[in-house]
Amino acid sequence: MPWRRRASERTLAKEGRIWTLWSAGVVLTFGLPAALLVWIEPLAFPVSAIFLGHGIAVLHLQARRGARGVKPIADPVSGPERTALGLLADLVGHDARALLRQTGLALERGRLGAWLVGQEGAILVRPGGRRVHCFCVRVGEADDLRAADRIAHLLLALREDEQGFATVANRNFSGARWRLRAELPRRIRPALRMAVRASLENGR
Amino acid sequence: MSRLIRLDRTGHTEVASWTGSDEASQRAAIEAFRRELDEGMLASTTLPDGSAEVVRELPIDADLVVLRRPIAGG
Repeated sequence: MPWRRRASERTLAKEGRIWTLWSAGVVLTFGLPAALLVWIEPLAFPVSAIFLGHGIAVLHLQARRGARGVKPIADPVSGPERTALGLLADLVGHDARALLRQTGLALERGRLGAWLVGQEGAILVRPGGRRVHCFCVRVGEADDLRAADRIAHLLLALREDEQGFATVANRNFSGARWRLRAELPRRIRPALRMAVRASLENGR
Repeated sequence: MSRLIRLDRTGHTEVASWTGSDEASQRAAIEAFRRELDEGMLASTTLPDGSAEVVRELPIDADLVVLRRPIAGG
């Protein structure tokens, strides 16, 4: 993808700032008129609340899009699924193996932060653990691949070239960790916690 | 025993295996490796530091070489 600027610490920080500005814009766009309406006519509070709620819903939808993009693997049922999961378990480290079994996501420590890799996307927790970036990324012609093999593909691509991986992937959310956590299925939340821990170690 | 495997619908398939002392198995593995690359697969081998690299020639001393497909933005 020669038309895209190669991802780096700098571009990630810049993209993060743009997302923060956009989120602030949403809050202002919906919050300011809502406050003004209550100031002019306190009895219009219900209308104002609906307006404000709309803005909050937009922010939730953004984070939900990021949370739904990663797709963890389910418990393996068939033989080939088990075979694929066996190889993936060999590829990840000991700690990540237990997490993979529990949450269906693979944890990978990188230079840009800690990654959680799923079937069709990845979450990057930046050093310090406060900001996350969610990416949509998939294997080309993956229809016949097992779920664990899709993760193995992405994991290998990430290990080969982390910046290239972040460049090819499409970002679908960037924001505060707590916003993403609120939208993640319960099963995945321990993975985010572990990734934050890994990112804190990275930040030291 | 070193292995060349391809990630596919079966979970994974062992395309070739070789040992350092068996030149015939090495030649067969190199041929199989080139065939897979010609079909558009990418080959990846894990480095001692845990990272991985794409290889265009079969690294005979590697324990495991994985053939995978390219990735794209979702």
